[in-house]
Amino acid sequence: MSNWLLIIYCGLITFLTRFSMIALLKKEMFNDRIREILSFVPSAIFPAIIFPAIFLDNSGDFQLENNPKIMAAIIAMLIGIISQNIIATIISGLASYWFLIFMV
Amino acid sequence: MNNKFRVFLKGIFDVSPLMIPVVPFGLIFGVLSIDIGFSPIETMGMSLIVFGGASQIVLLQLFSGGASSLVIISSVGAVNSRHLLYGAVVSEHLSDLKLVWKIVISYFLVDQAFARSNEYFKKNKDKDKYFHLFGGGITCWVIWQTTTLLGIVLGAFIPEKLGLSFAVPLTFLALLVNDFRKLINVIVIIISGLVATFGFNYVPYKAYVIVAGVTALLTAAILTKLNKKNE
Repeated sequence: MSNWLLIIYCGLITFLTRFSMIALLKKEMFNDRIREILSFVPSAIFPAIIFPAIFLDNSGDFQLENNPKIMAAIIAMLIGIISQNIIATIISGLASYWFLIFMV
Repeated sequence: MNNKFRVFLKGIFDVSPLMIPVVPFGLIFGVLSIDIGFSPIETMGMSLIVFGGASQIVLLQLFSGGASSLVIISSVGAVNSRHLLYGAVVSEHLSDLKLVWKIVISYFLVDQAFARSNEYFKKNKDKDKYFHLFGGGITCWVIWQTTTLLGIVLGAFIPEKLGLSFAVPLTFLALLVNDFRKLINVIVIIISGLVATFGFNYVPYKAYVIVAGVTALLTAAILTKLNKKNE
């Protein structure tokens, strides 16, 4: 598939999710139980992006020693828990990562 | 002042504070997309056509890992499924709108605009209230396109040594900060992460995002049920 076709399909599926939100879905269609489970979607999906990007190297092998990403991610997570702030989390993670690769 | 325009401006005003975290997100997207090998036009096209931060970053991440198109598209669908949650909430406020407007507003319906307009809709009942969502959505759109463009330009000057690809897990980590304090969420996060990491090389077609997401969501369903029984 060409890159453009891929981009268009990803755009379509994103648009259709949003369109279904305001045009097709009705409040009655979701009971409290389904709402409760859907509220876990970010917690269920985002770590599947986060963890491999931290613990695996470019070829998909485990990289547990000499891996500054692990420490930087832990620092970012702690700052995130304390501050509840998105920018502080990103900046503290990047800053500690750069500190570890350039200074240590 | 025309009422529609007044509500539109209110939308811009209300959503603006939420734009601060969008700036680094857009920059990172632009820089990484060029880094991975998409052309500047394709990168801009992604922000214009998809117009969704999480969707676009997942697209990049899986594309660079060599996933097939079908897997990339369904993973983008999985990431978007979180939006179904608000659908029901916002649809009752917009049920009287013409189809054309529903289509236009759907394109601009991003998390930040939704969050602010939903609060506004609860308090205001006037018939032009959807202009609030339109104003908020256009604000997000302008910020997203501008920061993508800036990222594309900056990407040429940013040395690979900086390891900016690490910004991807960090950005998603930052989106979960509210969930780290809840026990069930923490368990779900760990399950998803472990399944994805260990499945990375073994799940066919790089469909590890979907497999991890479904496993973790089932875990959430079981844990919330057990939790209710114990109460």
